Amino acid sequence: MKLRTFPQGVFLPHHKEDTAHLAIVRVPPPSRVVLPLSQHTGAPLKPLVQKGDTVKRGQKIADVDAFVAAPLHAPVSGKVAGIEDWAHPTLGRFQAIVIENDGSSEEFRYDPLPEDIESLEPESLRLFVREGGFVGLGGAAFPTHVKLSPPPDKPIDAFILNGAECEPYLTCDHRVMLERAEDMLLGLRIMVRACGAQRAYIGIEDNKKDCITHLTPLVRDLPFPTEVIPLKTKYPQGSEKHLILAILSREVPPGGLPLDVGVVVNNVQTAAALGRMAKEGIPLVERVITLSGDCLKKRGNFEVPLGMLLEDLVALCDGFTTPPRKVVMGGPMTGITQATLAVPVIKGTSGFLFFAQNVGKPEHSCIRCGRCVLHCPMRLLPYLLGRLAEEHLFEEAETNRVLDCVECGSCAYVCPAGIALVHLIKLAKFEVMRRRKRGGK
Amino acid sequence: MNIFLPTILVGTLGLAFGLMLAFFAKKFAVPTNPLVQEIERLLPGANCGACGFPGCSGLAEKIASGEASPNACPVGGPRVWAELSRLLGQESGSWEAKRALLLCQGGEGIAQTVAEYEGVADCKAAHLLPASFKGCRFGCLGLGNCVKVCPFGAIHLDTESHLPVIDWEKCTGCGKCVAECPRNIITLVPKREQVTVACVSLDPGKEVRKLCSRGCIKCQLCVRTCPEGAITFENGRIVISREKCTLCGLCVEKCPTHCIIRVGEKLALLEVKG
Repeated sequence: MKLRTFPQGVFLPHHKEDTAHLAIVRVPPPSRVVLPLSQHTGAPLKPLVQKGDTVKRGQKIADVDAFVAAPLHAPVSGKVAGIEDWAHPTLGRFQAIVIENDGSSEEFRYDPLPEDIESLEPESLRLFVREGGFVGLGGAAFPTHVKLSPPPDKPIDAFILNGAECEPYLTCDHRVMLERAEDMLLGLRIMVRACGAQRAYIGIEDNKKDCITHLTPLVRDLPFPTEVIPLKTKYPQGSEKHLILAILSREVPPGGLPLDVGVVVNNVQTAAALGRMAKEGIPLVERVITLSGDCLKKRGNFEVPLGMLLEDLVALCDGFTTPPRKVVMGGPMTGITQATLAVPVIKGTSGFLFFAQNVGKPEHSCIRCGRCVLHCPMRLLPYLLGRLAEEHLFEEAETNRVLDCVECGSCAYVCPAGIALVHLIKLAKFEVMRRRKRGGK
Repeated sequence: MNIFLPTILVGTLGLAFGLMLAFFAKKFAVPTNPLVQEIERLLPGANCGACGFPGCSGLAEKIASGEASPNACPVGGPRVWAELSRLLGQESGSWEAKRALLLCQGGEGIAQTVAEYEGVADCKAAHLLPASFKGCRFGCLGLGNCVKVCPFGAIHLDTESHLPVIDWEKCTGCGKCVAECPRNIITLVPKREQVTVACVSLDPGKEVRKLCSRGCIKCQLCVRTCPEGAITFENGRIVISREKCTLCGLCVEKCPTHCIIRVGEKLALLEVKG
């Protein structure tokens, strides 16, 4: 069978063999968790607890009266030690709720959903999803209930579960698809019912053949037609827009959302966590992450409570063989480099990677070889955008569609001159957005 | 002779075109305001854009139409303003020359560097990253965007500290570096001798002490020391009132981290102590 895919992109060494065969290990809850008040795309939360309060596991501790936001729940029971400024993996520093674990097993559980999901109202399901604090666990952390609320003029016909996991090293979604398939399919049913789709697809790259064979018989029992789609192992196959292009041959218009072509995409782990809440009533307080990289003594896939600090995780892996030179949250292509081990796991953390060597090449001048243009999955001209950003010509970068860039990093990966193209493009995007906000355009 | 025909031909053509040009120049003349040209001649001609208009001719048009004040050019200073005011028959407002000043002393060896930086050598790009390669998230990154934007070549990076040094002789107070700096560490100050806090950190003193040996640790010793009551602690930062300050220098001596500096008239160079 011919594997589906999208044009351009890059073939990467995927380095998944280190952890792909390792079952998910549940880690013991740490003595202290740190929960930043901004863990998702959207409005930051307001704390509902104060210093000194006692909280139960699963209790809602922060929320905000905004549509694009998801509440936060305590991952351990214990005492709120304070609400303070803390290192944040993607925002630098942010206000965070610090909870000291008291070791008790006191829990707050929501009411599980009845077996017959298809008889429930979509609106009540969306509320259920919001209440559980669900955001896209693939990395972008976009609140799930927002994705499931299509405007009336844009009906949804297809739902895609994203199991591509195209980033090298990361294997957490792989393990979730193998070990939590039942929860995942229950979550899929909830999401399909909530957004009103008629069909569902599960897109999986064909380097995860075990997942494809494991899931194909299971999806036959679902009440709506569902297909497991094997995809070519090519980066960035897990990007929302490219997944839709590969599976449905629909192209999301520039600046548009999957909603515009009648599709909702969600990560497999989001579905698994949602299915678990529907069964057991536990909101999003844990997630599966991959810890990998060449200087970690013990690598693997771990189920960790949100807010666990990276230093505690490193201690759990018996430390380093050699001191790492680069620590990345997320995959090596789109992940964010960390400057401290005091950062907590947040909802968007798909893993932490530790590298002893720097993979960056020494930078030279651009020779206009055009490799970046050949590989850019968004069909942009990265060399030009990079040059314009370097010269601070942000308006010109905007007319050259810099905002369409998905920051996948393919251009910087293939650049023989070692130019940090994505960094330059990020700068241009930031400046264009800042000007738009200021100009009120 | 063969030379006659071409000479006459080219000569006649030249004459005809010349007459046509003269005719059309009168016929389709675009009326220009002679005042605009006069104003533009008086402006410095650096086209730096510090006034907020597209170059000196852009400002000249706005001044002539009354949309901009004759004092709008910060580069020209009082001499140009006075001449413009005379030309326009207006009063020139009160004015004090300004200079750019860097409010950070956290150079190499003074401020902690917590990570290697291998991104784009551009302060704005480095500032985008969630974590700062310099421990202090308020201090100077030292990648030299201010040096690049200065239209007067008044800023250079110090070879040892990697901090920008602003030459007050060349600086015109146009404010381009102030607008460029992503961390808002450069500010415009009146060009005169003064005492100022060269640290903008809002971190608590305990944190600052870990990150920088020249940072303000909010001990407020200066507030207690000042005999004039010119120093106050407002919104997490020390503020020295220029009006009340008598330049006695007690605070400069007392400051345990030497982050209060005396700025001379000529150079905004750091007064290095201890």
